[in-house]
Amino acid sequence: MSDNVFMAGYGGQGILLIGNLLACAAILENKNATYFPAYGPEKRGGAATCTVIVSREEIGSPVMGHPDSMLLFNQLAMDKYVNRIASGGLCIYNSCLVDEMPKLQTDIHKLAIPANEMAAELGNARLVNMVILGAYAARTGVVSMDSLKSGLDSILPERNKRFIPGNILALDCGAEYARKAAGRS
Amino acid sequence: MKKRLFVKGNEAVAMGALEAGCRYYFGYPITPQNDIPEFMSREMPKVGGTFVQAESEVAAINMVLGAGAAGGRVMTSSSGPGISLKAEGMSFMAGSEVPAVIVNIQRPGPGLGGIDVSQADYFQAVKGAGHGGYHLIVLAPHSVQELYDLTMLAFDLADRYRIPAMVLGDAMLGQMKEALVPHAHQLPEDLPPKDWAITGKGGRAKGNAVKSLYLADGELEAHNWHLHAKYAQLKEKETRFEAVGLEDAELILTAFGGAARIVKTAIAMARKEGLKVGLIRPITVFPFPAEIYRTATAKTPKVLCVELNNGQMVEDVRLSVDPMADVRFYGRPGGTGSLPDPEEIFAQICKHYKD
Repeated sequence: MSDNVFMAGYGGQGILLIGNLLACAAILENKNATYFPAYGPEKRGGAATCTVIVSREEIGSPVMGHPDSMLLFNQLAMDKYVNRIASGGLCIYNSCLVDEMPKLQTDIHKLAIPANEMAAELGNARLVNMVILGAYAARTGVVSMDSLKSGLDSILPERNKRFIPGNILALDCGAEYARKAAGRS
Repeated sequence: MKKRLFVKGNEAVAMGALEAGCRYYFGYPITPQNDIPEFMSREMPKVGGTFVQAESEVAAINMVLGAGAAGGRVMTSSSGPGISLKAEGMSFMAGSEVPAVIVNIQRPGPGLGGIDVSQADYFQAVKGAGHGGYHLIVLAPHSVQELYDLTMLAFDLADRYRIPAMVLGDAMLGQMKEALVPHAHQLPEDLPPKDWAITGKGGRAKGNAVKSLYLADGELEAHNWHLHAKYAQLKEKETRFEAVGLEDAELILTAFGGAARIVKTAIAMARKEGLKVGLIRPITVFPFPAEIYRTATAKTPKVLCVELNNGQMVEDVRLSVDPMADVRFYGRPGGTGSLPDPEEIFAQICKHYKD
């Protein structure tokens, strides 16, 4: 399973962390993966974006003009990027921070997730990113949930490892939501 | 199954340097290469090496000159504006034949420019950044693995030829993460001994001198012919490149470093559409792999050179190709929001393929 996925939201929402985690999980599965963050004078509350490409083949460009998938975390990201998704691609978005879907120019699949609410129910508002990543992994099968869970141990610094159980819960929660949504449609 | 790590490009440079036996690092911070000194400051002391954050780029490069002249494996890293400041020291090292590794993780310029992806420093790298008409060995990796491998190679080539070697990366390669297979560095057994190094007079009748000042009658000319012979030897023995799909190519793409990554995806898109497109990717940009261009363009005359600048390597391509070849160029100079995507390069392939 290969994919290229672009992620965007506010700085502080954990976009770069899940980009890292996804690419790391793919490498644990012995696939090729690139993680490419938008690099600039970024700050908390500003824009944060990254691209992850997963493939069995050699990966060329670590960025795509028209990615096959996008994870969009707020209205700003939605307005700016959704129409770049490749035709037939997938948009997973945080419906708690996206009020309005812009007029779409291509045919894409959509999955809305109330990620802020779900994270709050799990007891930690900062788990929004893991909820969305879990949904993405379940929906696409690009990496297994097990690899994501092992990846957490590789990419988190020692001081943050105590948060791993909560993050795993959030990944599962997002995955469960995506599976139920697929059942409904 | 070999161990695969998930590593950032800049860190791969530092890991490769340590593995190659680099035990001295002198630098001054600048984006987008700061992960290199950060890594070195943490890891160098663990192997008994020396890390110094100098008071300036000029100080750092002169510390590199000193450690190199004393026979140490030494490295510095910077980005465009900092490399300009180091140019004087690099000229002195080229003149004094001091081996060292200099890493440039390029950013767009001129001046302070920006901090995004660019290949604006090709000319600066391959023409020798400083005064006096010299060359460095310049290696142009295009992946995290190559950042690691070619940094190791840079140390060996620098020692073999008594010449400063540059690793020419860019903000894309430095900041991206991908798989890296670490491996032990095999020091070539035939490296010449550093019997020229300034290590104290010891038992020698005459002490060593490492210098770039030659005032005696005819002395400097002889020295420059000696350096020239070294560059000729590099051109003969040390060119490296990757060539893909030249057998049936109707159009040859050429690109180095980060641009080559984008071009590879664009070529895959073109091949999917049935367009016969090949690639020449120089891995050494000095010495430039001229021969492959000459032989390939004798068969396939049309070349499209793609760079993340306004056209620099294309001059070396034009000097290398068959006289009947038709060399075209597409590039953008870099800056926030100015990185071409594979779709854009694919459109250029379609345009030049037909026309």
